[in-house]
Parts: sequence; structure tokens; C-alpha cells
Amino acid sequence: MPTMSEKILARASGKENVEAGDIVIANIDVAMVHDLTGPLSVESFEKIGTEKVWDPSKIVIPFDHQVPADSIDSANNHMIMRKFVKEQGIENFYDVNAGVCHQILPELGHVVPGEVIVGADSHTCTHGALGAFSTGIGSTDMAMVFSEGNLWFKVPETNRFNITGQLKENVYAKDVILHIISQVSVDGSTYKACEFAGETVSNMSISDRMVLCNMAIEMGGKTGLVEPDEKTIKYVESHSNKPYKVFNTDLDSSSLNLIDIDVSELEPQVACPHHVDNVKAVSEVDQEIDQVFLGSCTNGRLSDLRDAAKILKGKKIANGVRMLVIPASRGIYSKAMDEGLLKIFVDAGALVSAPCCGPCLGGHTGIIGPGEVSLSTSNRNFKGRQGSPDGKVFLSSAAVAAASAIEGRIVAPE
Amino acid sequence: MKGTAWKFGNDIDTDIIVPGRYLIYTDEERLSEHCMEGLDPDFNKKCKNGDFIVAGTNFGCGSSREHAPIALKGAGVAAVIAESFARIFYRNATNVGVPLLEAPGISKIVEDGDEIEVDMENGTITASNGETITFKKLPPFMLEILEQGGLIEYLKNKK
Repeated sequence: MPTMSEKILARASGKENVEAGDIVIANIDVAMVHDLTGPLSVESFEKIGTEKVWDPSKIVIPFDHQVPADSIDSANNHMIMRKFVKEQGIENFYDVNAGVCHQILPELGHVVPGEVIVGADSHTCTHGALGAFSTGIGSTDMAMVFSEGNLWFKVPETNRFNITGQLKENVYAKDVILHIISQVSVDGSTYKACEFAGETVSNMSISDRMVLCNMAIEMGGKTGLVEPDEKTIKYVESHSNKPYKVFNTDLDSSSLNLIDIDVSELEPQVACPHHVDNVKAVSEVDQEIDQVFLGSCTNGRLSDLRDAAKILKGKKIANGVRMLVIPASRGIYSKAMDEGLLKIFVDAGALVSAPCCGPCLGGHTGIIGPGEVSLSTSNRNFKGRQGSPDGKVFLSSAAVAAASAIEGRIVAPE
Repeated sequence: MKGTAWKFGNDIDTDIIVPGRYLIYTDEERLSEHCMEGLDPDFNKKCKNGDFIVAGTNFGCGSSREHAPIALKGAGVAAVIAESFARIFYRNATNVGVPLLEAPGISKIVEDGDEIEVDMENGTITASNGETITFKKLPPFMLEILEQGGLIEYLKNKK
């Protein structure tokens, strides 16, 4: 009667069964660090004194947060990581031209069902969309993984969100997850695995499922998960050559908490400053904006760019508003170019940048000043997240972001 | 341990503890200069070695950046005492040697700037008005990790 988290952690720790609350030492299938959390991990790894990493083929290192380098300090961090990659013989290294880690890991075939994946980035929970147990860890824990190839975990209980109802027009996965977080609060799933199930999820694309899992951490979740189905298998087999194993949750599990969510009447949502559970219907918000960011590991995928381009085609961004469009990977960038989406954005007056995390964490590009308001398709609206602590960040879907860019205020698409 | 308590609210996230634009640094001193600056730009100046942070629920939510507990360590914070903690931050703080004490009710008995006393062995916190609250004592292995300044030092000393 175990949950899929329990089954995956049992497999990875070589046990028949494990239960929520057990402490297990699990073997790691994929370990990811990027250019911002990598240097601390390397520093700690060198302090441990192990010469070689446990398995260079299981380590993936993308550069995405500060790319291309915007300061001598960033350039130094990149140099530390390139040296580590070379010394350790790490083949899965993606330099400044590849894209956001949580997009390129699945896109380039590093994620398959049944694996245990750790990343030195909290949004590593995204990869559960393909049925892996995937979670964010710190740099010291990552140094231990580099050295030993395993890590201790407390087996989590599971909040399973049973999502039903057909989404109305202009309502997306982002609106669903913002609604769920508002229902359970920002610590409503602390230490728990968050499973997303039900007919609405079955009808969703893999991209949409990634949006749900990406934001599991915003309610404190240890990981987000969706049980693999035909869509998952099709995606995995067309992106990866790795062997995989499908695990499902037994609904009679004692560590399972079922939460029903009906989305049939859901309106477009927006998370208001400075917490992700401060969610309102767009129609209840009266807010002018200075900047719009379309991108990130939450909503920088091809479907998001298509949704936004449909709204922006032939239109102009409002005077005084700036819009940044940042596709989440080189693959997406290239397809968006082929489909003419980037031209629509440029003609509307947006800036289109090369794949990176962009303004999401306020460290690299598109930083907002005191009193400025950003509407962002990313995942966090914390105080100071995108720059000045006196700025404000609102979160929405790509469609709301595009419609709002035209109006200069937060509105739902018509 | 005795020190001043600096009080914060619920859901103090890692972007407050150290904003994203400073993650290019890895050393305690530079990170501590920006610790909590979004809520209190003078925090690093007024926080003395051995002081405490007292906070509400879900302290440390958000990113996995280990820079956050490193910044607190650099600022001299001897322990964070909160109603509850976020998951990744809990592991990271322990790994870098910052004790986290989960003490439900703490924010009701401590005010900003109060002198408080923490007894790690007995698991008690005494507020300036003499009121005492208990916290769940940390297991011996965790105390050892913290005493030696973090997981890496603990492992090296064990070898």
C-alpha cells in the first residue's frame, strides 16, 4: 500500500518497503548543480578531501543563473565550475548557451520515471512531473553526494491533490497551482511529497504538469509528482535513452492525505506581494505595472510563448511598460524562432533575451527599482526577490502577463 | 548561551536572509553584510556574536541557497529559534553549523531586543521576564555536528 515516493525511495535504498517517517540512505541517479550553487558545492567537496566524484556520468551541470557572466565575480564562479567539470570528467556540462536547468534536464533526457534526482536548487521538484522523486538540497549535502553517491532522506508523507473539472478558456496550469497554494498556504505541504492527480492533470501536457510540480516547493513540499501515463512515456522515450521504471501510488496508503480541488469555475489568478499564497482572481486586482517578465523554469516553455504570442500578435506593449521575454532553453528559443513567435514579441516592443533565469531571482538582468511593480510568470514574489525590497512582484500565467503588458495594468485576456 | 533576541515574523524567506544578487559570493563575511537587509538594513551592525533570531512559522522558506545560513553564521547568530522551519533550510543550517530550535510559542514570550538565555542541554529558553519555554532537544549526533561547526568538519574529525 505504499505511495510512489515510498516505492521509489525503497528501490533507491535497496529495501523491500519503506514507510513515511523512516530515514533511508538512497542512491542518487542524477545530481545537478548550477553556476550559483556549484561553487559552494565544489568548495565543500574539496574540504571533504575525496579526489574523484562517485560517478561523473550522473552529474549534470548547467549554467543558467548568471549567464553570460555579468561581473568578474560571476566569471570567476564560471571558471571554478569549468575547472571542476574538466578535472572530474563530467560530460553533462552545459555552458552559458543551453538554458534553465529545470527545462534542459528533462528536455535533454536526464530525467526518467522512478529515479531519485537531487539538485542544488529548490525548484528541482519540477522533475517529478515525469514520475521521478526529485528534490532540492543545499551545497554541503551536494558535496556529500559528489563524494558518496548517496544521501539520507526522511521518507515523506504525501498530499495528493485530486484535481477535477475542465479549465475555462484562458485558465492554465499556473492558475491551478496558485489556487492550490492559496488553499493550503505557503507551509501547507512542508516536508510532504505533493502528488498531482485527477482528470484535469491527465488532460494536461507534460509542460503543464511541470508547472504544477515546479511550485510544490512554494507550499513547502519536498517534491512534486505526477504518476506516469502514456504522455509521460511518449515524452521520456523521445527525449532519453535511459532505462526507467514506473511507480504508482496505492490509494489505500496510510501516509496519503487526499485533497480534492475543483477547477471548473476557476478564473485567472495572480499571486500578490510578498507571499505566494496571497492569491486573488485577476478581476479583483487593480494594479499598474512597470515590467513584465515572461520566462523562467515555471513558464518559459514553448506553450507559454505560444499563448503569449497569440495575444500580442499585431499589438503594442503599453507606453512606459517594458517586457522581457526569455525562452527557457536553446531548443525552445530555436522553435520559437521557427514559429515566428520571437518576431511577434519584438514587433510588440518586447526585449527577447537568450535563455537564462533572468529577473526571477533579481541577480542578473531586468532588476526592478524602489517602488516598481513587476508582473512575472516565475514562481516567487518574495520581498526583494527581483531587486529592490521596496519593489513589488506579482505572479501570473503567460496569458495574463501578455494581456497585462498591452494594457499596462494587470488584466485577464479577453 | 545568553544573547539579544532579534525578532522577525512568519515566512521569513531565503531572499530576505540573503538576496539573490549576493549569491555570487561564498564567504561568510561578505554574505553577512547583506543578511536580513530587505527587512532591516542595520541587522548585521546590531547583531553581536552570540545573539539570536526569534521568528514565527516557516522560517527559511524558499530557495536551497546555503548562502542563507552562512550569512547568519557570519552575522554571529548563535541560533535561530522559531515556531517552525522550512525543510531545505533546516538541513542546510545544520550542515553549516547554525542551530535551529523549534519552540512553539516562542514569539509570544519574546520581544525584539530582549535578552534571552538558551540551555541547549536541557532544551529550555528563558525570556527576559523569567518565563521559560521548552524546545525539542536536538539528538546527540546533531549537537556534535553543530559543536564542530558543520557537517564537513564533523566528518573530517571523525576520520
